[in-house]
Amino acid sequence: MLLDVRISWRGCKRAWESRNFRTIPFLATTILAAVAFGWAAQTQTQAPPTTPAVSSQSSASATPQQTSPGTPRAGLNVVVLDPAHGGTDPGARGTGGIRESDIVLDFAAQVKHALEGQGIQVILTRQGNDDPSFDDRSAMANAQLGAVFVTLHIASTGLPGTVRVYVNTDLLTTTDAGGMIPWDRAQMPFQGLSRKLGDLVQGLLAQRFKGSPNTAQTAAVRQLRTTAAPAIAVEVSSVVVDDKADLDKMAPGVAEAIAIGVATFKPSYVVPTTNTGGTP
Amino acid sequence: MSPRLRAWLLAALALAVIVGVVYFPILRRHIKQAEVMQEQSAERARRELAQPVVVNPSEPKVKAQLFWATGNGDGTLSPSIVELPLSSDPVLRSKQVLNTLLAGPVDVELRTLPPDAALLEFYLLPNGTAVADFSEALATAIPSGIQSEQMAVDSITRTLEANVPQVQRLKILIHGQEMETLAGHLDLTGTFQVSTGASGATPAGGGDKPVSPIADKPAPAVAPKPN
Repeated sequence: MLLDVRISWRGCKRAWESRNFRTIPFLATTILAAVAFGWAAQTQTQAPPTTPAVSSQSSASATPQQTSPGTPRAGLNVVVLDPAHGGTDPGARGTGGIRESDIVLDFAAQVKHALEGQGIQVILTRQGNDDPSFDDRSAMANAQLGAVFVTLHIASTGLPGTVRVYVNTDLLTTTDAGGMIPWDRAQMPFQGLSRKLGDLVQGLLAQRFKGSPNTAQTAAVRQLRTTAAPAIAVEVSSVVVDDKADLDKMAPGVAEAIAIGVATFKPSYVVPTTNTGGTP
Repeated sequence: MSPRLRAWLLAALALAVIVGVVYFPILRRHIKQAEVMQEQSAERARRELAQPVVVNPSEPKVKAQLFWATGNGDGTLSPSIVELPLSSDPVLRSKQVLNTLLAGPVDVELRTLPPDAALLEFYLLPNGTAVADFSEALATAIPSGIQSEQMAVDSITRTLEANVPQVQRLKILIHGQEMETLAGHLDLTGTFQVSTGASGATPAGGGDKPVSPIADKPAPAVAPKPN
C-alpha cells in the first residue's frame, strides 16, 4: 500500500509540475483505489475474534470434544475464570503497594495455563485493569452451556500461605410464576455441584498449602449468587506479606490444584435442567 | 500581530502552563484532604446522633456471650463471657450486646469489627427479623476479603443468637441503606440466619423486588458453641 501511495504521489507531483491537469482524475482514482485496497487488507488482518477471551490453544484442544451447534453436550465445556476486582476497585491492598486486583490477574494467567494443560477451554471475565459488574461476570458464565465458574481473590487477613475455597450459602428453593429461577438466585440449582467441586479443589489445596482447611467453606459470596453454574471462590491469604514473591510462589500450586480439581470434577458434571429467568 | 506581541503572548501562555503544572498536585491534595475531613465529620455527626443505649444498673447482671476471633488467623470465632446488666427488652438487649461487641475485646488483635464502626439503629420485626443499621465505617474500615467479612457478620449473628433468642434473622444496613456487599465480597442484599430454629424466611424489603436470598450461618468457619 505504501508503494501505491508513493507512486500516486509522484504522479500528482509530476502532473502539477507539468500543469497537465487532465491526468488528475486518473490519479485521484488511483489514490482512492490504493486507499480502499489498503483499508480492506488491514480489516482482514485485524479482524477481532468473536470471543477474545477464549484462548486459541484451548479452542484447538477442545475441538474434538465439541459437538454441532444443534446438539449441545451436557457436562463441562468451559471454565469461566474471574480475576476479582479491577479498574477503580483494587480490592485488598498490602503494605508494600500490593493490590489484589493485580495479583489475581497473575494468578488467573497461571490457572488458565494449567486448565488448558488439562484440555479445558477457558474464558476470562477480564484481561486488563477493568471492572465488570458482578452481574456482567456472572452473565459470562450463564451464557455458556456446561460452564464452571471460579472467582479468584487475595485476602487481607488469614494465615499467610493458606488458601480457602468458598461455596455460596444455601438459597431457598424459589421459582417465579413461570417456573423460572430468578436471576438473583441463579446459583440455587447448582449448589450441590458447587459443593462437590469446592471440596475437590479445597482438598487438593490443603495438600499443597499446610494450614488450609480440608473442605470448602460456606459464605454468602455475592459473585457466586447470580451464577448459573457450579461456582467457587478461591481466596489466597494474604496481601499482608513482606514480599510479593511470597504470593507469586503460591500461584503454580493454586493453579495446579484448581486444574486437577476441575478435571476430576468433569465426569460428574451433568447440567441440571433449569431455566434462569430474567435479566440482571 | 507583531512578533513582539506574539512572543509576549507565548511567554504568558508558557508561564500559565508552568503555574498550572505546579499548582495542580497541590490542589488535588487539598481536595483529598477536604474529602477525608468531610467524611470524618459526617461520621462523627452520625455517631453523635445515634442514641446512647440506656443501661439500667438495677438490671441483674447476666453472663453474655460475645463472639470475637480466636486469634489463630484461621477465621474461627470463640465466645467470651462478659457480665452485663442486660435489659429484658430484646431491642435494648440487642443494642447492648452489639455495642459491647463493637467496643471490642481487651486484645485488639481479636477484633472482628472496625473500631470506628457504630450501631446507629436496631429494629426487631414481629416475625423475628432484626434490622441492624451500622455506620459507614463498618463497610469502609473492615479488611477486604471473604474471610474477614464473613467473620464480621458471623460475630454479629452468633452474638445475637447467644443472647437474644427473639432474633431469628438479621438484615444489615449501612447508614440506612441496603448495600450490595459489605466490602466487596459478602452479600448484604439478603438476611442472615441468626437462630438455627428459624425456618423459611420473610425476605427483607419486599414489594416488587426479587426475593432476597437467605444466607445461612456458615457453621464450619465458627468454633463449636460451648455447652
